[in-house]
Amino acid sequence: MLDDPLKPLVQVDNLKMHFPIYGGLLRRRVGEVKAVDGISFEIKEGETLGLVGESGCGKSTVGRALLRLYELTDGTVKIDDYDIAHASPEKLRKMRPTMQMIFQDPQASLNPRMTVGEIIAEPLREHLKMTKLEREDRVGDLMDQVGLNRDFAKRYSHEFSGGQRQRIGIARALALSPKFIVCDEPIAALDVSIQAQVVNLLEELQETMGLTYLFISHDLSMVRHIADRVAVMYLGRIVELAPRDDIYSEPLHPYTKALLSAVPEPDPSIESKVERVILTGDVPSPSNPPRGCNFCTRCPAVMDICKREEPTFREVLPGRFVSCHHYNDVDEIAVKATAEDL
Amino acid sequence: MPDGALPVLDVKDLKTVFKTRGGEVHAVNSVSFDVKPGELLGVVGESGSGKSVTMMSLIGLLPSPPADVRHGEVLFDGQDLLKIPYNDLRHVRGGKIGFVFQDPMTSLNPVFNVGSQIMEPLRIHMGMKKTAARARAVELLELVGIPDAARRLKDFPHQFSGGMRQRVMIAIALACDPKVLIADEPTTALDVTIQAQIIELVKDLREKLGMAIIWITHDLGVIAGIADRVMVMYGGQVVEQAPVRELFGNPQHPYTRALLETIPSVRGTRAEKLNVIEGQPPILAGAPAACPFRDRCPHRFERCDVENPLRRPVGPSHDAACHHDFGGA
Repeated sequence: MLDDPLKPLVQVDNLKMHFPIYGGLLRRRVGEVKAVDGISFEIKEGETLGLVGESGCGKSTVGRALLRLYELTDGTVKIDDYDIAHASPEKLRKMRPTMQMIFQDPQASLNPRMTVGEIIAEPLREHLKMTKLEREDRVGDLMDQVGLNRDFAKRYSHEFSGGQRQRIGIARALALSPKFIVCDEPIAALDVSIQAQVVNLLEELQETMGLTYLFISHDLSMVRHIADRVAVMYLGRIVELAPRDDIYSEPLHPYTKALLSAVPEPDPSIESKVERVILTGDVPSPSNPPRGCNFCTRCPAVMDICKREEPTFREVLPGRFVSCHHYNDVDEIAVKATAEDL
Repeated sequence: MPDGALPVLDVKDLKTVFKTRGGEVHAVNSVSFDVKPGELLGVVGESGSGKSVTMMSLIGLLPSPPADVRHGEVLFDGQDLLKIPYNDLRHVRGGKIGFVFQDPMTSLNPVFNVGSQIMEPLRIHMGMKKTAARARAVELLELVGIPDAARRLKDFPHQFSGGMRQRVMIAIALACDPKVLIADEPTTALDVTIQAQIIELVKDLREKLGMAIIWITHDLGVIAGIADRVMVMYGGQVVEQAPVRELFGNPQHPYTRALLETIPSVRGTRAEKLNVIEGQPPILAGAPAACPFRDRCPHRFERCDVENPLRRPVGPSHDAACHHDFGGA
């Protein structure tokens, strides 16, 4: 270890992202969708933070807000000690090379009229002064790195398969040697046998280049594989954040428990023994979240206090954060946990 | 699953070819399978493996041209569905064979309320009067767990959430008491917690109604929990078929084995590195003269390049299409 291994690269504090709803005859602002409503977390250097949740919970919005692809409603985002949320456009542009994104749909995120070489070279052309030859060299190196044949640089993206297209997107994200990459559902559009190829590639690149990932996904089993720590989102809030092994072996929040138990098991002998918590109902609308705890309308362990007061997001065990009234008495949990260890 | 019962649907040697400008694409190649009454057959495969096209061919849902169901027999209810007149076929699908598609938003008509969409098959196939059909529609919505059913008949698809829409689709498919329900990736577009709800619902309905179900998915986890028997497809062919526990416990075909090794789990031990099936799925141009999996297979040998393996028994009610003898059973 060179310096402090726990140095956070990304620090998010009370991030809020509300989108206005316009309505009525005069298109006045009639409300807002609270896509992300006050979340805080850190990502350490070289770490992968998995961000999981169901569709509409705000996980992609978090990823985009972190790179300031949206103007934040409130809160701060620091990447490498630099406040992204309030940076001027010129400063922000200088910061762009350190932070990149890999998108879900490789078909939609690659320009069909550009060759693969041009796509990968575009960030180089925008941010660096390179001669044409240097650029071509770099593109070739990048293609090698992600496992694409460099002879294919003159081809168009439609000539590639889904998995290969995702590799093109990865090569483009790597072009400027970033420190931090937001992977927004990078494997969701791929077949099972191709998913593993892409995940292994991302892991190899992380090892060789010391990358830091925010890995956004709804696939809990893949997140278990790739992430060091996992954050679970529900309706715009993080309900639980913990090291990977802890959260998968002993989830604390009732939503995390239900979510994990709902994942089907690819082994019939284990599958028949899985105790399922089947949640009733649907996720409430983020424009009109329930009073008190967000999850109180579906929670199997709901109490009176949940419908009145919002739980705070706090550390209940070392490294484990939960936002739930069941864990209000921190000392009691610590005692219980040590008792279980003995 | 009643053993030895006569299959309710028996598909033999089905071949479907798409004619394209680039030549013929052999999407379904000599696919044979059957489903017994009350049985749940899982069909697993990646995109392009031919699982949906197989099901669409057997009830004549593919536009022709470009599709051409070239060969085969589909025995259902004492008749061959590939030979009967169009009007008879119309009464089979939606009547005796129900269909649930992946995306409930695009398969429901947005300009009709769900009540009229559930009543439509009842009036066409069962010849019910409006009041009787409405009563049955309410019953069906209650059956699939939609609260306040009578009032919700007047609602339009966009007023339902994704999971609720899929429940409506299931209600429509069940309307005429089908003998076979074909569910094509019914939970793929849904979130895990909603998927768990739908799976519970289908398990429950099968117990109550006793129809046979063909469940198509790419998710082995879903299959493990719900199927009695599993058929694995690759490159337009059935590569392996076995009872669910046998398939997961004793997979024979190299593709099935590799597929089972690539998927991580949220339970049990966590693998440090994921196993990978190298390469890409095959392009199905031209008649298959070799094993479709040969380019990605770790056990490839000369015979794989010159001869397409036939399915052969490798264990009790277990068959696989591979030249290798893994001596499994």
